[in-house]
Amino acid sequence: MTNSIIKVEGLAVAYQKNTVLSDVNFEVKPGSLTGIVGPNGAGKSTLIKTMLGLHPALSGSVYFFGSPLSKVKSRIGYVPQRGSVDWDFPTDALDIVTMGLYGQIGWLKRPTRLHKEQAFNALKKMGMEDYAHKQISQLSGGQQQRVFLARALVQDADLYFMDEPLAGVDAATERAIMAILKELIADGKTVMVVHHDLQTVANYFDHVLLLNHTVIKHGETSKVFTKENIVQTYGGNMRWMGDE
Amino acid sequence: MWLNLLSSNTQWVLLSTMVLGIAAGTMGCLVYWKRQNLMSDALSHASLPGVVIAFLLIGEKNLFYLIIGAAISALIGAYLIQWITTSSRISEDTAMGIVLAVFYGFGIMLLTVANRSVGGNQSGLDSFIYGQAAAMVKSDVITMVVLAILVILVVVVGFKEWKVYLFDQAFASGLGLSLKTMNILYTAIFVMTIVIGIQAVGVILMSAMLIIPAVSARYWTKSFKQMIFLSAIFGGMAGMVGTLISTIGNGLPTGSFIVIVAASFFIISLVMGKEKGLLIQYIQFKSQQKAYLASSISSEKEVQSK
Repeated sequence: MTNSIIKVEGLAVAYQKNTVLSDVNFEVKPGSLTGIVGPNGAGKSTLIKTMLGLHPALSGSVYFFGSPLSKVKSRIGYVPQRGSVDWDFPTDALDIVTMGLYGQIGWLKRPTRLHKEQAFNALKKMGMEDYAHKQISQLSGGQQQRVFLARALVQDADLYFMDEPLAGVDAATERAIMAILKELIADGKTVMVVHHDLQTVANYFDHVLLLNHTVIKHGETSKVFTKENIVQTYGGNMRWMGDE
Repeated sequence: MWLNLLSSNTQWVLLSTMVLGIAAGTMGCLVYWKRQNLMSDALSHASLPGVVIAFLLIGEKNLFYLIIGAAISALIGAYLIQWITTSSRISEDTAMGIVLAVFYGFGIMLLTVANRSVGGNQSGLDSFIYGQAAAMVKSDVITMVVLAILVILVVVVGFKEWKVYLFDQAFASGLGLSLKTMNILYTAIFVMTIVIGIQAVGVILMSAMLIIPAVSARYWTKSFKQMIFLSAIFGGMAGMVGTLISTIGNGLPTGSFIVIVAASFFIISLVMGKEKGLLIQYIQFKSQQKAYLASSISSEKEVQSK
């Protein structure tokens, strides 16, 4: 695969005494929508954070667009877990979305009216225009997640990483987010999503990366997302959806 | 103006504690959202040994050198807290408790030594414990004001960067903002704010200048910018009014009066504040209750009339 947009080689990560990831190797095709799936504690979030330089790697290398992270940071968008920030912070939804433009605005410069408009349009795209001036602490979980998505959209990146964007959101938000993801793919972007709901994997993602401390299987969902591989990823005593 | 009645030195001192209060109020908002309120207490206590060592080395009470000593000592304290937290099972608050007590105890021990040595009790180093703004001379004031303005400028110029750094570090890093640089800058202005205040306010109470104005401002606004602005005003007023009372009272410890004035702002904010102040919450609850009861009574009547 020469035209891969992400190339991970021999990645290993540890938290204090525990090795979380070892010998992780995979490549991602441009224009793909990949779900990262695995049991709790399998290292899904850690994988994304390490790839994005937010957590040190013991060894291994990661390339985006054929370059190391530092050279292509502006082309990569990241949606952290909703619970990773303090929503009590005193500001409104529009201001959070504007943060996605900080890279374009330039450091130490102030956002202009044009930037605010851009941010507002992104909120509108997520169906959140009525909440632009609402305190973020007053938004529901699903609305907060939409704000995070809008913030990623204004970045206009080529490659997106999203950490559990569908966790704990309402059905309407889930539909809105999936629609945006499909739109991003249609625009030629590449997206990797940490996902926890096995039931929806086949519908949502064209590629799947089964992870449990290392890559168990990775490839097109139709070929890789089989009962056998899932059992291998989650361990023997996992109840498969059909058995319930 | 009645201010003219005060000596020119007092006017200078008032100016300096006001600027100090503005800087501490501004910095306090950063500390508040970094959830490091206790850290300000640990670092101010940790600065004491540095003050005394600097005095013993240069043999005179020059605020500029004492501040450098205090800053080095506080930075060592900050480093130790981080080192204990990351390399052992001890949690951060415990590490802060250890560093605070040990550094302060060590500082008091050194202070006893210094007071017995040349210069003796005339050194005026005792004022660093409870604060004594009146003991400051013009050169001290200039040192303090220049450094305080520097702190304010760093926060104001990088306002947008501080905001994203405090709200979402992982995202800030993804945008290309260097967390390492931000962390260094944060620690630098944090320590600077503390050490420029220790002569006027004292190592024991300096943390209150960072904590109280910020938490008071939180009760009045929904915007981070306004929070900083209000906190700076509260801090500046507390600094000035507290110093004034202490000066009129002829050498009463400045730190305690500054803190009492700041605390009165806090109590007013807690009760009257328009964002979740106790009074407004009570009024909202009562009016909601009234509306609810009225509507349920009227719907009951409807049911009965049918």
